[in-house]
Amino acid sequence: MSEDTILKVRDVYRTYDIKGGMFKKGSQLTAVKGVSFDVKRGSTLAVVGESGCGKSTLARMLTMIDAQTSGGIEIDGLPIDISKTGISKEMRQKVQIIFQNPYGSLNPRQKIGHVLKEPLLLNTDMPAEERRDLALQMLEKVGLQPEHYGRYPHMFSGGQRQRIAIARAIMMKPKLLVLDEPVSALDLSVQAQILNLLADLQDELGLTYVFISHDLSVVRYLADKVMVMYLGEVVEYGTRDEVFDNPQHDYTKTLFAATPKADVDSIRKRLAAKTA
Amino acid sequence: MSLLEIRNLKIEFDTAKGPFKALDGVDYTVDAGEVLAIVGESGSGKSVAMLAMMGLLPDSATITADKMDFEGLDLRALSAAERRKVIGKDISMIFQEPIASLNPCFTVGFQLSETLQTHTVLKSSEIKGRVIELMHSVGLPDPEGRFNAYPHQMSGGQCQRVMIAMAIACAPKLLIADEPTTALDVTIQKQILDLLVQLQQDSGMGLIMITHDMGVVAETADRVIVQYQGRKMEESGVLALFENPQSPYTKALLSALPENATGDRLPTVSDFAEAGGF
Repeated sequence: MSEDTILKVRDVYRTYDIKGGMFKKGSQLTAVKGVSFDVKRGSTLAVVGESGCGKSTLARMLTMIDAQTSGGIEIDGLPIDISKTGISKEMRQKVQIIFQNPYGSLNPRQKIGHVLKEPLLLNTDMPAEERRDLALQMLEKVGLQPEHYGRYPHMFSGGQRQRIAIARAIMMKPKLLVLDEPVSALDLSVQAQILNLLADLQDELGLTYVFISHDLSVVRYLADKVMVMYLGEVVEYGTRDEVFDNPQHDYTKTLFAATPKADVDSIRKRLAAKTA
Repeated sequence: MSLLEIRNLKIEFDTAKGPFKALDGVDYTVDAGEVLAIVGESGSGKSVAMLAMMGLLPDSATITADKMDFEGLDLRALSAAERRKVIGKDISMIFQEPIASLNPCFTVGFQLSETLQTHTVLKSSEIKGRVIELMHSVGLPDPEGRFNAYPHQMSGGQCQRVMIAMAIACAPKLLIADEPTTALDVTIQKQILDLLVQLQQDSGMGLIMITHDMGVVAETADRVIVQYQGRKMEESGVLALFENPQSPYTKALLSALPENATGDRLPTVSDFAEAGGF
């Protein structure tokens, strides 16, 4: 393995058992079927696909929420197989996740300061004062104010909440950040702010992103490499330009064709077709 | 005469902190056979305007307008009972969350029949045939089998097709689609948008698309209204809007699209607000 590869995934499978009922036999659902890829340190891998394609299952395995059924995951040289070894604090520090819905991912009864300090409390021996200082620093880093420290989540807008979720994720100084549709619940102008923030943090902290999205325009904007998943399998994997300029698989082509085009030429073509 | 004409629509909500102005004097007109898109971010008042027109807002809302005519009929003067004869028949609406909009306790066939029972004089024996015809026209596979299916047995895209079937059941003259594809995958979004535009062209009804997605606007609209914080920023033809946007807000919105990104950073709307002032 070269020094530069931070995430190495080899032939990973994940199978869920579906329980049978009185009249129905139990069955098995394979959500992820033999996925392999590498991610270079400091780069962004975008994972694209429709609902049910296994992209969120993949995110759950990378962030140690779920164990893989078989196959190998290696993060920063550390093999991950939580069904065998459990999770150590060291493993926790490597990866963090940001979810799609900033309304559902913050505890409504927890003040923001507490939200940010909690990962440190659980995973490090840092004294209380240091934790507080670090939380305040982090607020500033994601574009919020120190006075937000004592407020509750309901006092924030969706974009601000997503900033809080980002701050919480980077409190532990992770190497790898998994972002599960981080901007799809946000308005266009707020989306731009959050994407800018993510780009800044990547430069500053040398973060590696696994960015899960169904929005191809966002993917094209920020990805270094793109992986397209369909029904649990990887159907296309390459650099951004390779995938966007010359898609190989039929599903990728369908996906591109279905994406609304907002350029003047396509509008003109549509209007012409309508009047004809 | 326009199909729908609204002049100087104002909506205020009573809140604990005093009145909140959701919409501040906006005009809307839609002609038969036209697709109007209303674009804006959350809080721009795009949905609230249409809900007000349909009489679906709670009592805490104060609605005033100089004119609110549908085919020459003054909607402001209607009683609730009279309004219900128009709403659901001549004007109907599709909402964002297809699965949440359907009643989970009843089959889709039953829910579709209900609309026809309320608004038409069809006999119950004819209704089932008409429902299956409708399900067929929105492209649901196996309509006879789906008639007795419950909403949870169908996918999001299929539920949205049922909602569309329900909305067009009485051949409305105006269809309002409030973010009809936001909850759906891109490939399904394409199918639903194509279906809506197809139905609109076949029947010649007016269609109002409420959306925040500039891509959806570009793919469907004839004319566009851009709203921001309860005010109209711009109104123009779809080509003119994308080719040569007039208001600073529209310019900001278009340049915040990731596909239009030129440099390393995406310009945000607040950058423009400071420079352009709106």
